[in-house]
Amino acid sequence: MLNRTAENVARATPEPLARKVRGISDKGLAWLFISPTILLLLAINIFPLFWAIYLSFTNYRANRPNEVVKNLGFANYQRILGDQDIWIAMQTTAHFVFWTILLQTLIGFTLAWLIDRKFRGHAFWTTLILVPMMLSPAVVGNFWRFLYEPQIGLFSYVISFVSGIPPTSIQMLSNVSMAPWSIIIVDTWMWTPYVMLICLAGLRSIPEYIYEAAEVDRASNWRQFWSITLPMALPFIMLAVLFRGIENFKMFDMVNLLTGGGPGSTTEVASITLKRQAFESWRTGYSSAFAIILFVAVFGLANIYVKALNKVKQR
Amino acid sequence: MSLTTAHSVVAPSANSKRIAGAIIIAYALISIVPLLWIFATSFKTPPDSIAYPPKIVFQPSIEGYCNLFTTRTRQTPEYINSLGPATGFCDETVRKRNMVIAGPSNFLPRFVNSLIIAFGSTFCAVFLGTLSAYGFSRFKVPLADDLLFFILSTRFMPPIAVAIPIYLMYRELGLSDTALGMILLYTAVNVSLAVWLLKGFIDEIPREYEEAAMIDGYTRLQAFWRTVLPQATTGIAATAIFCLIFAWNEYAFAALLTSGSAQTAPPFIPTIIGEGGQDWPAVAAGTTIFLVPILVFTILLRKQLLRGITFGAVRK
Repeated sequence: MLNRTAENVARATPEPLARKVRGISDKGLAWLFISPTILLLLAINIFPLFWAIYLSFTNYRANRPNEVVKNLGFANYQRILGDQDIWIAMQTTAHFVFWTILLQTLIGFTLAWLIDRKFRGHAFWTTLILVPMMLSPAVVGNFWRFLYEPQIGLFSYVISFVSGIPPTSIQMLSNVSMAPWSIIIVDTWMWTPYVMLICLAGLRSIPEYIYEAAEVDRASNWRQFWSITLPMALPFIMLAVLFRGIENFKMFDMVNLLTGGGPGSTTEVASITLKRQAFESWRTGYSSAFAIILFVAVFGLANIYVKALNKVKQR
Repeated sequence: MSLTTAHSVVAPSANSKRIAGAIIIAYALISIVPLLWIFATSFKTPPDSIAYPPKIVFQPSIEGYCNLFTTRTRQTPEYINSLGPATGFCDETVRKRNMVIAGPSNFLPRFVNSLIIAFGSTFCAVFLGTLSAYGFSRFKVPLADDLLFFILSTRFMPPIAVAIPIYLMYRELGLSDTALGMILLYTAVNVSLAVWLLKGFIDEIPREYEEAAMIDGYTRLQAFWRTVLPQATTGIAATAIFCLIFAWNEYAFAALLTSGSAQTAPPFIPTIIGEGGQDWPAVAAGTTIFLVPILVFTILLRKQLLRGITFGAVRK
């Protein structure tokens, strides 16, 4: 009762009076609350970013800190854009992003669509499906290396059991044409549940009355799927694609542990190239320039994509 | 035509439900097999783990766990016999392979590092995140949208890209390979998620509660402490678990910025080797121990999962 009165009084009271406080002002408090986060991000994200921009114009090498640093202007950027290997790495990355997103969206949406039927025990099985995405990609990469081992690995054994191919010839990780797919398979296994969960939220957000109206109009199941289910779930699917796209563009852990970029450079994605240049060849300036190019690319693509997403949402 | 026809999506028929259920159950079971296999491998002996065809039925052994926690040296049978009775399970298991325990392995310290760094950074990220989220939710902050987007955009950077300057910065500051350095770094990575998620949770708490408290004579800070925080507990707990899972699972920064004393479990587990290659039962044992907390959290979190993985962009 008293509470209610207080609430009513509060609602009726003009803002400035309600906000009159002893001691620190609201404005001061707002900055006191927000500034630690901003300062931390400036120190650990923005300052390093600017440092990387500075380094990208130099020939600095982190393993030779005493050498004189020369300003190279845009030479690093020019060399990267003309470097055949870098373009191959970008192509490999694009290849991974394309296939993982395609597979994860198709399988993820289908699973969500089936779960949405709310069969008996669906909550339990959904939770079980979600487990792989909660694991550490590094640990996952490592134990899939075990599953992929020819002869002793479970994966090779099952494939050979089903197909009749001798297990020694199922060299997922060392075969040039299979190695990229070995990573795509693990990534799909791990992240399909992620897409599924977001799609499921999309399907659950469609109000039932729309289907009821469609039933009255005698729309076929296909028609309902194409003109209600899919368009209404589309913003959610696009959101899942955005998050997976950004993550897979940055993909490092899994590739590093499964193949380390090999055999040859068949699975060398951008992050692996970056690691090799920065922490193995110690070409700090050069790799910083590559890092900046990658960041701008992710940022630019994400921004264009978000604009498209907003358009779909507003429809 | 009735509103609920046999094949409508509004009320799926019993048959279509059954088919959907069968497909989902099949998918769930197949997708869980790799994990069950790792769990089973952790209880195999090294020879059983690399047997062909892979052994589904086997005599369980704790050798993998013994190998995970200890380092061993090979000795002659005569020497081992001269040592007297074995001092425990592991001693006995190891002796069967003509080895004696030389000392503890690095697994426990690495696991403890994971605990310290994950919990430390989670605490800091949630603390800073709660304050900022409250700030953004309740006050008119100039350029609030830009600041929020800036906070989110720090997640677009490939970790390797930031790792180069952070590596240099930490070398200058003496933070390389320290738990403090990793806590600061993971806090910075997680705070973006914490702010976005918590802002969503705090936005849902009616402002009237605080205003009523302030009418009663509380200051803004007291009102925050007594009315908002208790209401936001569930949201704070969910956010904390998401931050914890990220910090627990992180590999790229840990692999590049730590090598010894502050190394966490994810870069360590793949390096466990035995005689003649990777000691798969020990690796599987380490993986199993490492995964258990995550499995528990997944079950606890399933209701909030969607918010957490989409930065609160989607609500269930």
